[in-house]
Amino acid sequence: MTFLVDLFRITAIGTGAFFFVAGTVGLLRFPDSLTRLHALTKADNLGLGLVVLGLLPLTENVLVAFKLILIWALVLISGGSTAQLIGRALRSGRR
Amino acid sequence: MSVLTFIDIGLSILVVTVAASTIVMRELFAAVVSYVAYGLLLAFVWIRLHAPDVALTEAAVGGGVTGVLLITAGKRLVPLRRTATEAEPTLILKVLAATLAALVACALAAAILMLPDEPPSLAPEAAAAASGPGAGLGNPITAVLISYRSFDTMLEKIVLILAVVAVWSIGTDRAWGNAPAPLRQARPYPAMVFLAQALVPIGALIGIHIFWVGADAPGGAFQGGALLAAMWMMAMMAQLAEPSRIDARWLRLALVAGPAVFLVIGLAGILMAGSFFAYPPNLAKPIILFIETFMVLSIAVALPMLVAGPPNEGLEP
Repeated sequence: MTFLVDLFRITAIGTGAFFFVAGTVGLLRFPDSLTRLHALTKADNLGLGLVVLGLLPLTENVLVAFKLILIWALVLISGGSTAQLIGRALRSGRR
Repeated sequence: MSVLTFIDIGLSILVVTVAASTIVMRELFAAVVSYVAYGLLLAFVWIRLHAPDVALTEAAVGGGVTGVLLITAGKRLVPLRRTATEAEPTLILKVLAATLAALVACALAAAILMLPDEPPSLAPEAAAAASGPGAGLGNPITAVLISYRSFDTMLEKIVLILAVVAVWSIGTDRAWGNAPAPLRQARPYPAMVFLAQALVPIGALIGIHIFWVGADAPGGAFQGGALLAAMWMMAMMAQLAEPSRIDARWLRLALVAGPAVFLVIGLAGILMAGSFFAYPPNLAKPIILFIETFMVLSIAVALPMLVAGPPNEGLEP
């Protein structure tokens, strides 16, 4: 059972780390701001979500687990909204 | 050598690089963004030094509030820069400035390098004091701030109020008493309004939580107050809230509440516990939390008023 839990954790955190690396590569390699923004939000939302998912079995009690999920939710809301704001600013700047 | 050593080395290199880029950046906005990144990295450094209280403050103030302050200040400089003719500094002035900066840097470096192996420290004394009159607080940092270093902590808040008064006094005589200009003139984007509506209630709750757990865990009045301040600023940016008129009674009261309550209780200490800023031992914890409540209020009001700037002449009431 512990083996399965460990396997789940390693897979989730590993996949999360992969998305962070992929997002960073995108940020460095993509040609313009809008596509770079697209790469960055993948790292924030999916990468962090998977890392949080992998950390959940480690938590001591439900409150800590709740806080972890809350952190992810806050990053989702603020990351998504700021991406919208930056995108909007880019479009109005281009016109 | 564990993995953490490599993380520490990488973090140190990153901090120095970002600090250098902040100085080298020619464009104001880029420099501010770099400075904010520097503040967030410093927060990580504090975490690695096992100082989560300082890390929280650095993240909230260095990474958040200062960034907003600098960006709004930079925006206000733009019209000024258009009118003022900028004279190129002479060579002598440049050399003098460079020499002065290099001297200060050398003096700082020398001070750090010449530290004795066992630096003189008041920490053991402070820890002992914290377990005395501030007893009952699980977080020694809060106990030291409010009971061992109480006078410094109070004066820090007075400095904040002085800064607000200084900002207000930049405004013209005619504008006195008006509200500062709104942080955003144009109608905000829907995404901004959504972000503020979603984040402000949760952020305010977390701010109060950080203040409340500060008695027993990392956190405290400044960290919680800074978070509340950030939430008010965010509401102002989304035009969900307006900056208050600077002659509003509640605003003035909220500004002075923290230091005033602190001072009154400090004076009462002479009667109740025998010396200035002494607390009766069995009541220390409730008294400290009482003082901190008003501190949070003062900080949460002072920081947004600093960002909002001087009273606005254009908006007549």
